[in-house]
Amino acid sequence: MNIVVLVKWVPEPQGTPRLGEDHLLVREGAVGALDPGDEYGLERALQLVERDGGEVALVSMGPEIAVAAVQRGLAMGATRGVLVTDDALRGADTLVTARVLTAAIRSLGPVDLVVAAVESTDGYTGTLPITVAELLGLPSVTFATSLDVVEGSELRAERQTAAGTEMVACPMPALVTVTTGVAEPRYPSLKGVMGAKSKPIDRPTLADLELTADGTRSTQAVVSVEAAPAKTGGRVIEAGPGTATEIADLLTEARVI
Amino acid sequence: MGRVWIWADVSAEDVATSALELLTKARALSDDVGAVALGPGAVASATALGDHGATLVYASDDERLIEPTSRVAAHTLAALVASHAPEVVLFPSSYRARDVAGRLQAITGSTLMANAVDLSSIDRARAEILGGTTIVEVALEGASPHIVMMRPRSFEPSPVGGTAEVVEVDVVAPHGLAAVRVLERTDAAASGPSLEGAKVVLAGGRGLGGPDGFGLLEDLAAAIGGTAIGASRAAVDAGWVPYAMQIGQTGSTVKPEVYLSAGVSGALQHAVGMKGSRRIVAITKDAEAPILRLADLGVVGDLFQVLPALTEEVRRRTGR
Ligand SMILES: Cc1cc2nc3c(=O)[nH]c(=O)nc-3n(C[C@H](O)[C@H](O)[C@H](O)COP(=O)(O)OP(=O)(O)OC[C@H]3O[C@@H](n4cnc5c(N)ncnc54)[C@H](O)[C@@H]3O)c2cc1C
Ligand SMILES: Nc1ncnc2c1ncn2[C@@H]1O[C@H](COP(=O)(O)O)[C@@H](O)[C@H]1O
Repeated sequence: MNIVVLVKWVPEPQGTPRLGEDHLLVREGAVGALDPGDEYGLERALQLVERDGGEVALVSMGPEIAVAAVQRGLAMGATRGVLVTDDALRGADTLVTARVLTAAIRSLGPVDLVVAAVESTDGYTGTLPITVAELLGLPSVTFATSLDVVEGSELRAERQTAAGTEMVACPMPALVTVTTGVAEPRYPSLKGVMGAKSKPIDRPTLADLELTADGTRSTQAVVSVEAAPAKTGGRVIEAGPGTATEIADLLTEARVI
Repeated sequence: MGRVWIWADVSAEDVATSALELLTKARALSDDVGAVALGPGAVASATALGDHGATLVYASDDERLIEPTSRVAAHTLAALVASHAPEVVLFPSSYRARDVAGRLQAITGSTLMANAVDLSSIDRARAEILGGTTIVEVALEGASPHIVMMRPRSFEPSPVGGTAEVVEVDVVAPHGLAAVRVLERTDAAASGPSLEGAKVVLAGGRGLGGPDGFGLLEDLAAAIGGTAIGASRAAVDAGWVPYAMQIGQTGSTVKPEVYLSAGVSGALQHAVGMKGSRRIVAITKDAEAPILRLADLGVVGDLFQVLPALTEEVRRRTGR
């Protein structure tokens, strides 16, 4: 079974990233890492190939420093990586990103399953993997909280829906987006970290992927940036004997009681 | 201004409020407003959609439109787009909208703007990024239609008393559609007012310590009345409460008269779903918790003491 996991490098996984003068994300000096949200799907993919055989490949688009994110995934146990880096892709929108990732997935040959997170920590559009699925002509199961493969040919996933949950069976090849519920990510072992250094990371150019300048031109541009208005006039108190009265007064004033 | 369409999330029971919100914006942008409603309940939804300003409703009640991958819905919409050429399609930020909009983008090669909070013209969107800390104005270019996904509660629904003409839609199933089966469906039993409609929302987080902790919020909700209970993702991921209760980036956006949290730290991804609330009360034992910066009244202390005392005080006032 060949599984591709989409992994993204994010600039500040724990903190707040910022925009620079050019209205693009500041990358210089950012303590970037593999998006923590991508580790859940990667973990589940590794568990599936460890059980049923096969390989997990990582596909990513990002700046040069994104190599660190791919290496982290290799240290966790993936076999190989593809990272597409090009100055022309700075500030790429979802359409361009989807086209690049689709071409990179295709460069790996036949794939049984593509795994992505529901949304990235920094961009959180939450549509990108679905666009990739359509470009690849694959069915997609989104918002999966559990993921399994039956007899190497059908995926089973429980997914969250607006109404509740549903368990679906989908023939492979397919694409799935997962939440943090699918698995508990492992920490890479020392052996894994050492071994990752000798695992291959392909670095195709846009030309290698047969992508044209036209097809990789972004269709959106940030024209201005402002900080969201900050809250003023709030009060913070230590809990004490009068706290219940104080909160209840606020409820009364708001006319909800 | 050209043709503007909205995507209406519909179910056999009703049409989502998000559709009515989007119609408010669509009407402000254009006189030529259409709505697309695909799946059981679509035809019946035309009454509400027309009342809120749609002049045409493209509808089909066909069951195939709600298969779980949304491919049939996306291809059916793409065919409509190809024949009627709207300049913008506004979507909500629901799961189904993400699935349909993402596929539509691949088919039409259009730009897609997510997390938008406003649209000043068909090629200029405002969006909240970086967890809602920053607002950007974005120029949209490229092939029609521009696909814009709006954050919930960005606009107020406002009825105009119109009637829509219903246009029956032909379902387009993409070639070679592999059969995806739903083996089992569980509905999260919704009791009491919905999170998005309630006047008061109580939110519980990891600090509640377990499912039993939510009992404290239920007691308070009963004492107040008209109150819905929500949760942080930490509480949902721990399996204490169902996903339908999640507030934030990946869950519901609430804007009640009063939002009161207990044991929630107020991470950016949670804040984005509640900071528009009229009044915010937060109880946490961490004096540095970011939620205290959003609160009108922040209480630093043990929720296991504050909540029961508050419930008692509210009961005394409401007699419930
Ligand atoms: C892509 C992405 C999407 C996300 N989407 C969402 C989302 O939609 N919604 C969401 O909520 N989160 C979301 N998150 C997660 C978010 O980043 C936080 O991890 C989460 O909100 C934290 O939940 P919490 O506040 O309950 O837990 P914590 O951050 O652990 O906070 C618990 C709080 O409880 C307090 N506490 C503990 N015990 C007590 C006590 N006895 N009395 C009083 N206070 C106590 C602590 O001091 C602390 O302030 C998302 C994250 C990512 C990366
Ligand atoms: N540049 C990228 N490289 C690899 N995977 C990506 C990239 N951008 C997004 N993804 C994948 O798509 C998911 C959703 O991203 P987004 O649409 O940004 O919310 C992410 O969690 C990743 O799994």
